[in-house]
Amino acid sequence: MAELQFREALKHAIDEEMGRDERVFIMGEEVAEYNGAYKVTEGLLDKYGFKRVIDTPISELGFAGLGVGAAMRGLRPIVEFMTFNFAVLAADQIINHATKVKYMTGGQIDCPIVFRGPNASAGQLGATHSVAYDSMYAHFPGLKVIYPSEPGDAKGLLKAAIRDDNPVIFMESEQMYGMKGEVSDAEDFIIPIGKGKIKREGSDVTLVAHGKMYHLAVQAANQLAKDGIECEIIDPRTVKPLDLPLIIESIKKTNRCVLIDEAHPFGGLAAEVGFLIQREAFDYLDAPVQRVCLPDVNAPFSKKLFDAWFPSPKQVIDAVNQVTYRT
Amino acid sequence: MAKKKKEEIRFAPTGIGDVNEGAVQKGVDLPDATEKTHKDLGLSEEQLLAMYEQMYLQRRFEERSMQQYQKGKFGGFLHLYIGQEAISTGTTFALDDEDDIITAYRDHGWGLCRGISAKEGMAELFGKATGSSRGKGGSMHFANAKKKFWGGYGIVGGHIPINAGFAFANKYNANGNISTCFFGDGAVDQGALHETLNLAQLWKLPAVFVVENNGYSMGTAAARHTVAQIVDRAKGYDMKSAVINGMDVFSVYEKMKEIADDVRENSEPWFVEIRTYRYRGHSMSDPQKYRTKEELEEYKTIDPIQRLKTYMLDNELTNEDQLKEIEDKVEQEVLDAVEFADESPFPEEKELYEDMFAEDDPYFHV
Repeated sequence: MAELQFREALKHAIDEEMGRDERVFIMGEEVAEYNGAYKVTEGLLDKYGFKRVIDTPISELGFAGLGVGAAMRGLRPIVEFMTFNFAVLAADQIINHATKVKYMTGGQIDCPIVFRGPNASAGQLGATHSVAYDSMYAHFPGLKVIYPSEPGDAKGLLKAAIRDDNPVIFMESEQMYGMKGEVSDAEDFIIPIGKGKIKREGSDVTLVAHGKMYHLAVQAANQLAKDGIECEIIDPRTVKPLDLPLIIESIKKTNRCVLIDEAHPFGGLAAEVGFLIQREAFDYLDAPVQRVCLPDVNAPFSKKLFDAWFPSPKQVIDAVNQVTYRT
Repeated sequence: MAKKKKEEIRFAPTGIGDVNEGAVQKGVDLPDATEKTHKDLGLSEEQLLAMYEQMYLQRRFEERSMQQYQKGKFGGFLHLYIGQEAISTGTTFALDDEDDIITAYRDHGWGLCRGISAKEGMAELFGKATGSSRGKGGSMHFANAKKKFWGGYGIVGGHIPINAGFAFANKYNANGNISTCFFGDGAVDQGALHETLNLAQLWKLPAVFVVENNGYSMGTAAARHTVAQIVDRAKGYDMKSAVINGMDVFSVYEKMKEIADDVRENSEPWFVEIRTYRYRGHSMSDPQKYRTKEELEEYKTIDPIQRLKTYMLDNELTNEDQLKEIEDKVEQEVLDAVEFADESPFPEEKELYEDMFAEDDPYFHV
């Protein structure tokens, strides 16, 4: 095991995949000569040259579409968005083209492409830089959506994403890039897409949290442990395909569940998983499932308002108290 | 002092049925056709006959598909290419077989040019399992990847950046191929075009972007939806450009060959406006009130198929009998295609879940 920053784990994944497959290249704003807006691609230009590490203009629709075309012709592009908030400009290419070209040509054309970059909020960045898009992309057939929480998962899943023959959305967080974690030294360390992980075992309540919210769940669980409440934390790691059996098995044990999701409430992952739990584990529940997510309000700038907007460990603890009837 | 008459506030330039504003906007002004003979262009008599057969096939295929649509044999949209056949035909004769082609939803002609048989095409229109896209695409999504025809696409302008990706792949692989993209005049107002032209020129991509300007963005004449001359978009990107007479297959062939050679040699993109005319409505549900019958009839006098026929007869390169033979053959091919489509099975229900993912046993959320 090596201890690596999240950004280093991502870079190692990209580096290894570029090293083993000439068809893999990376493009995006500031990825090459600037060495990456968040230094994920640091050093790759020196190693692989201008043909395979390519700076783009600020032109998300244009370069995302270019990536789709390159993928349709057999290359394996990694398209970096400086944030998924900007990728909305490229949504036509992701949603209308990358996910549909194979189907509407009767299977003639594959589109092996990875769209990656930071997702969701990162402090006081205002309303347009703070949206979590993972559930939105998971809505569309044909996309795989990954939003890992730790460096080790990030490396193994990004390598899997780059090797996948379908379009994959891979989400990160500005606030996690510097976070350190254990990363396997195993040669060719791959985590299969669609497999969640029990990150903390417990018997009293199941917490489901991915991406940045996983760390919120850990904080709440540590606090609750002091009160004798043992949380089981499930990190789905992949939003779609969703590892539902892992979640259901845990609930059959704990009989209680709190979903923690950085999306707004309407139609987010928490909403979807909540539905699935009532369908699959209705008879096992001792309390209604609760969720902690963003309010149905845009991200504010002011620190005080932002703190009120962003999910907190206290909200998770309150929700756990509710499902365990400790209030 | 007399009161100044208050002017009505307007935004979009007006035209359709506006008695005060006068005449309906005319489609396009055609540039002169080339004066070169087939020999000057290096085309053999056999090639001319092949061009004629190809254009005639596209015409009859679509006329028959229109009939079948009206008979209720299939649903969905049906956008006909009739009148524009010289563009697909002249271009495919000018390109190498390994060069890429991608187009918008008016795609039947392009598919027929690039190896989709009349049977596979008609079956696709009917939504049958034997269709070129196995009944998954329909009229708007013909494709034949084996022959580098990457498909017809239904989001106006959405396929333009994809063509830059093809050119990128060709440059990346240094294979000497070029990529060509066709779209209507309506697409020139989309941001996708402008982002792509900038990228293509900045990265020196071996790509050609071609507007098939048929004068109408659905029911809106070009003058009512876009400013200045369409071809002049190229100037802003310092890009090579040309205007071509799309009603003459020789003109299309000549210029597209020159352009393809230049792109192949210099790895620089071109922006091309081919002026043409579609005889039918935007789709089958179009009442076509935006143009006059006279305008339509005027263009039919310069029909590209008739023009090639006249050229061959005037120059005694063929005779009526030989042409009749070709026409009869095509007619039978299309009738056979209709029969084939009609008798072909629909896809089985299990096929609903096929072709979504590359793997054999993919996950579907339920």
